[in-house]
Amino acid sequence: MRKRFTVAMAATAAMVMTLAGCGNGFDDTSNTSDGGATSDNSKALTVLIGSSGDAETASVKKAVAAWSEKSGQKAEVQVANDMAQQLSQGFAGGSPADVFYLAPEQLAGYASNGSLLAYGDQLTNKDDFYDNLLQTFTYDGKLYAAPKDVSTLQLVINTDMWSAAGLTDADYPTSWDELAQVAEKLTTDDHVGLAFSGEYARVGVFMKQAGGGLVSDDGTKAIANSDESVAGLEEVKTLLDSGHAAYAADLGTGWGGEAFGTGKAAMAIEGNWITGGLAADYPDVKYQVVELPAGPAGKGTMHFTNGWGIAADSPNQKGAIDLVEYLTSDDVVMQFAKDFGIMPATTSLADKWKSEFPELSAFMDGLEYSVTVPTAKGAADVITDFNAQLEGLRNGDVKSILDKTQTNLESILQ
Amino acid sequence: MKPRSARAASSQRISRKEETISGWLFCLPMIVILGVFLFIPIVMALWVSFSNWTGRGTPFGSNVQFIGLKNYTDVLVKPGLAQSDFGTAIRNNLWYTLLVIPLQTLLSLLLAVMLNRKILKARGFFRTVFYFPSVTSSVAITVLWLFLFNASGTINAVLGWFGINGPNWFNEPTGIIHILLSAFGVDAGPAALTEHSFLGVSLWDWLSGPSVAMFAIILMVVFTTSGTYMLMFIAALQSIGEATEEAAIMDGATSWQRLWKVTVPQLKPTIFTVVTLGIIGTWQVFDQIYTGTQGGPAKTTLTPAYLSYSAAFNSQEWGRGAAISFVLFLIIIVMTWMQRQLMKDKKMSRRRQADYAAMKAEARAMSKDEIMSLGRPSANKPSGGAARASVTEAVATRKGA
Repeated sequence: MRKRFTVAMAATAAMVMTLAGCGNGFDDTSNTSDGGATSDNSKALTVLIGSSGDAETASVKKAVAAWSEKSGQKAEVQVANDMAQQLSQGFAGGSPADVFYLAPEQLAGYASNGSLLAYGDQLTNKDDFYDNLLQTFTYDGKLYAAPKDVSTLQLVINTDMWSAAGLTDADYPTSWDELAQVAEKLTTDDHVGLAFSGEYARVGVFMKQAGGGLVSDDGTKAIANSDESVAGLEEVKTLLDSGHAAYAADLGTGWGGEAFGTGKAAMAIEGNWITGGLAADYPDVKYQVVELPAGPAGKGTMHFTNGWGIAADSPNQKGAIDLVEYLTSDDVVMQFAKDFGIMPATTSLADKWKSEFPELSAFMDGLEYSVTVPTAKGAADVITDFNAQLEGLRNGDVKSILDKTQTNLESILQ
Repeated sequence: MKPRSARAASSQRISRKEETISGWLFCLPMIVILGVFLFIPIVMALWVSFSNWTGRGTPFGSNVQFIGLKNYTDVLVKPGLAQSDFGTAIRNNLWYTLLVIPLQTLLSLLLAVMLNRKILKARGFFRTVFYFPSVTSSVAITVLWLFLFNASGTINAVLGWFGINGPNWFNEPTGIIHILLSAFGVDAGPAALTEHSFLGVSLWDWLSGPSVAMFAIILMVVFTTSGTYMLMFIAALQSIGEATEEAAIMDGATSWQRLWKVTVPQLKPTIFTVVTLGIIGTWQVFDQIYTGTQGGPAKTTLTPAYLSYSAAFNSQEWGRGAAISFVLFLIIIVMTWMQRQLMKDKKMSRRRQADYAAMKAEARAMSKDEIMSLGRPSANKPSGGAARASVTEAVATRKGA
């Protein structure tokens, strides 16, 4: 009996060793030298995207196919249904996608474990991008991704409801007081004046307008419970308490765009992606986009971006960089803008885009005074926790919510 | 273990050694499959939970260090977001388990008893209907539930007929015990509860009960799993046989008494299985959270299994994710052990054992005729009557004493 047990143990031990052995095998093949980028183009490059829909998928596929033809290298586009999970799986297994959409909140995690190629310095069109966007994709002084596009939040107004309430173009709110007034005028039995999601990525605009935020501009200091941040969140609470503004979820909708499209709100704080959503699901709603009102510290909004990441384990880093340069070149980005409504992340295209989409120029103007979400390692968890508390803002205490967030931020920033 | 002579007599002698080898060969496929897909991954995960693996390359690489219990202390001891998230997840899951297990066990038992009745027509039809949710994909059911429990969905419309203003189910983070208490004017907990906390969650919040959103998920899970357990109960009921039931009818037991005093005690092994599977299943709840709420609203549907996943895949804290799953494993083991202790057959007291022994001895001492005469009028066989009287007397006196 004992002998059999020993045999079993030996067999299992052998299997563990074998597995560990092949594991070590693929780990050591990764190219860690900084100088020479890999350029094995025998296999097709894989491009993993988290697509917003068929329009985006088709457009990216077309652009990648055009690059393949131009460069003579094969590349294929894969659509992820769970980006974080599929990327992590690829990195852990040693065979990740070569080029992929990279969300800023994932940057710190992937960059710190060496999964990403810091190709920023090899990018020829690096100077075209907005500086604050490049900052978003910089970790430990190295640029890890080229910004793919950018979005900002502004005030979207239902023009029919606006005129029905007796308001004109001269009444677009420019201050918090005016915002509260128009929200009151726009509130009827059927709909509220203003709707937005109960999350930092929306209410953060009020904190910025008050001069606060979650972290300082250089991202090194937590300022979540500063007087300015408290004033910003107090304004949100006041609006919600007035009954003229509501969280989209409290209206039984998934996000501000749905509340706006279904006519449950006359105004919404949303980003430029709302144009695609409205055109597809609520084509009859007429709307106008204006800049958000200024707070005590002036104008403020938030921007969001996505980047093109390249895997450090990619066997064809040179080809991948070339592909990213092509995908961020002016013509391709303008085509993306036409196909699925993105806003270019390059300064060189700002004016061209505004003249192409004059009704959306408020979104582009927002980039001058916008702030983004903190990207330090662990920040995503802190923001998730902050969002969870924001859901209970109406019955909660602003100061204690922000105090807790401050403590959480300090523990990840130290 | 054949007798020696038999082996010697057989012309084709089977060698022990060959027998062993072929035995191992037959087992080998299963050993390999279980080893590669179960045992080795578990060993790897255990190692990851004690390491600083960052999710790139193999966890057995040279750049991965052993960091002792740090991942475990982050989750269990060190105050911070990791700890309070874990505490919240445990709180949510504890309420979930407390409600789901009794509800699904009772519901499936009642369904099974009803379907086991001979007089019921179309039993097969009902059995299929009740079992159907169990074989439907949990993703499909979750989506259905999101529609039904939407703020302006079917459930709220039905509640509206009765003048009830239904809650915004999947967006309502308030716990149902807190809601009940606030109906009595208690909106904030006493200082004794709010000031003390366990795992980063205040005692007052531990007592919040499942949130309205979690309650909707509880209803969904009871709806989906009851069918499976009903099937197990039906199988058990069919193997019981009708003799005891008929005997109970003869003794004049009501149908309610027959259910609880005759049928249920005989189903004890099945109840044990159902509750054990329930404990394991409820502590591992993941699909419904992943496809439905992703932990929201306000983290009230966060469960340890989902937290483990999101810590690893979304936050790149692989060690923490693995540590959470091993703590979860321990919780399941402990809960199952506790349930075993609770449901174990109680040992008979010494006095009752003595009673039974005496009765048995007396019965054995009786002749066949005496036994056959038991229950008949005692007129024709006085000795039998005496024996019977002595048995009952013995029991009666002991009971009295």
